[in-house]
Amino acid sequence: MHVTLTINDTKHSLDLDPRTTLLDAIRSHAGLTGTKKGCDHGQCGACTVMVNGRRINSCLSLAVMHDGDAVTTIEGLGTPEALSPLQAAFLETDGFQCGYCTPGQICSATAMLEEIRAGWPSHVSETLDGPALPTEAEIAERMSGNLCRCSAYPNIVAAIRLAAAEREDAA
Amino acid sequence: MRAFDYIRAGSCKDALAEAETPGTAFIAGGTNLLDLMKHEVMTPARLVDISRLDLRGITLTDAGLRVGALVSNSDLAADPLVRRHWPLLSRALLAGASGQLRNKATTGGNLLQRTRCYYFYDTAMPCNKREPGSGCAAIGGFNRIHAILGASEACIATHPSDMAVALRALSAEVELLAPGGGRRQVPLAAFYRLPGDTPHVETVLEPGEMIAAVLLPPAEGGRQIYRKVRDRASYAFALVSVAACLRMEQGRIAAAALAFGGLAHMPWRSADVEGTLIGEVPSAALFDRAADLLLAEAKGQGDNDFKIPLARRTLAAVLAEATAEDTEGDRA
Ligand SMILES: Cc1cc2nc3c(=O)[nH]c(=O)nc-3n(C[C@H](O)[C@H](O)[C@H](O)COP(=O)(O)OP(=O)(O)OC[C@H]3O[C@@H](n4cnc5c(N)ncnc54)[C@H](O)[C@@H]3O)c2cc1C
Ligand code: SF4
Ligand code: FES
Ligand code: FES
Repeated sequence: MHVTLTINDTKHSLDLDPRTTLLDAIRSHAGLTGTKKGCDHGQCGACTVMVNGRRINSCLSLAVMHDGDAVTTIEGLGTPEALSPLQAAFLETDGFQCGYCTPGQICSATAMLEEIRAGWPSHVSETLDGPALPTEAEIAERMSGNLCRCSAYPNIVAAIRLAAAEREDAA
Repeated sequence: MRAFDYIRAGSCKDALAEAETPGTAFIAGGTNLLDLMKHEVMTPARLVDISRLDLRGITLTDAGLRVGALVSNSDLAADPLVRRHWPLLSRALLAGASGQLRNKATTGGNLLQRTRCYYFYDTAMPCNKREPGSGCAAIGGFNRIHAILGASEACIATHPSDMAVALRALSAEVELLAPGGGRRQVPLAAFYRLPGDTPHVETVLEPGEMIAAVLLPPAEGGRQIYRKVRDRASYAFALVSVAACLRMEQGRIAAAALAFGGLAHMPWRSADVEGTLIGEVPSAALFDRAADLLLAEAKGQGDNDFKIPLARRTLAAVLAEATAEDTEGDRA
C-alpha cells in the first residue's frame, strides 16, 4: 500500500505491506535507524517517537494508519552540531550507558515536558487540578514507559530535570 | 503477523458495512490488537481502521457526560470536566499503562482489551478463550494473576482494564451501533460476561457491532478513590484494584459505589457489599463485614490465593480513606 509520512519535515513516499509497523517503516524503509526496537510489544519504550506532537510506541502502530501524519524521531530533534536541550542535558549528566534506550528516552521526555506544560496530571500528582511540576517523582512516573536495561535512571531523571529547569529559566 | 486486508473507514456507516464480512476486526489505537496479532493470538483477515472517525468528542449533556469511543486515554484523563466531576476516572486511567500507550489507547479499545493470562498469549498452550474446547492451562498451572471470583472450570482469566473498573463504579453505559443501523445502550453491568463454558465470548457485543460512546450519569458528590495494588509502583497491571465513590452524611455512609479489578473476568460490583455499608457509622468491624460479603464465594487457584487477603485489606484501606474526616483527596 502507498503511504506518505512526513518524518522530521521530510516527505517519504513508501510502498508498504499493511503489516509494516510505523517503527519498521521509519527504520527499514525511510532508513532512519536512530529509533530503536527493543521488545516490539509496547513494553520498553525504545521505539518512542512523536506523531503530530504526541509520544507513542511506534512498534504498536501500523504505518498505513499514519498516512499523512508528521513524525518526529531523535534525528529530527537536533544534530551533533545543534543538540536539542534534552540531548545536551543527557550528555551533561551522563544520562546513558550503552545508549540503546536513549533515543526513546529523549523523544519521550521531549513530549512529556509538553504534557507537564499543558497541565496534565499523573498517577503521583497529589491533586488533579495542577499545576504539574517536573519533580523527581513526577518524572519517574511519567517516564515509566521507558525502560533502561543499564539502569541509568538516576542520571536520566537528572538530565530531564536539568532540561526542564533550563526551560523555566529561559521562559 | 498473518497477512490482512487494510480498509480505512471514512464514516461509521462505512465501518459498520465493512464489518459485516466475517473475519473483520476494527482497529482503533491498535495497542492491544497489534500485540495479539504479532503473537498470532488474533488473526483477523481484514482490519477496518476506525481511528479517523468522528468519535473523539467529550460532551456534557443533561444525562451526564458522553465520551466518544475514540477519545484517547490521555485526553480523557486530562479533560477538565472529568478531572472535576469524575476524578475517579482520571485516576484509574492515569494508573494504567504508560504515557505513550495512553496517547494511542482509546476508550472503546480499552473496554475491549483482552486478558493478560500468559497462556492466552502462548499459542503452544491449551486455552479455551483462544481456542474453545482446548482446555485451560492456567488451572493447575501458573495462576498468580488469575480470578478469585466468578471463574469457571473453563477459564479463570481476569479483565485487565483499570478504566473499566472506574466506569463500573460510576454506573456507566455503553452506546453500540449495529451494522443494520440500530443503536442501543447497554449498562456496563450487563456489557461484560462471566466465562461460564464460553470464555471466548467476553461481552454482549454482536458480530459487527461497534462501540460509539461511553455515557456517564451525572456525578454524585462525595469522595472518589481509585487504589491499584501491583507488583511495581508504575507500568504494571493490577493484582487487585478498588474504585470507590462514597458520600458521608452526619457521620454515616450515605452512598457507596464500589467496583473491583483484578478479581474476576469483568469489573466486579456487589450490591450486598454496598448495602451493608449504607446508613452505617464507619468502623474496622464494618469494613470487615463488607469484605466478608465480597469474598464469601472467593476461591483461590494456588498461586493467586494471596488475592483473597489482599482484596480484604485493600477494601478496608479504601473505605478508611473514603470515610475519613479530613479534606484531602479527590472529590466530585
Ligand atoms: C505494556 C502495556 C501495559 C499496559 N498496562 C495497562 C494497565 O496497567 N492498565 C490498563 O487498563 N491497560 C493497560 N494496557 C492496555 C491498554 O490500556 C490497551 O491496550 C488499550 O486501552 C487498548 O485500546 P486501543 O484503542 O489501542 O485498542 P485496539 O488494540 O485498537 O483494540 C482492542 C480491541 O477492541 C476492538 N475495538 C476497538 N475499538 C472499538 C470500537 N469502537 N468498537 C468495537 N470494537 C472496538 C478491536 O477490534 C480489538 O479487538 C497496557 C498495554 C500494554 C501494551
Ligand atoms: S484462564 Fe482463560 S485465558 Fe487463561 S488459559 Fe485458561 S482459558 Fe485461557
Ligand atoms: S520496541 Fe516498542 S515498546 Fe519496545
Ligand atoms: S543506557 Fe543502556 S539501555 Fe538505557
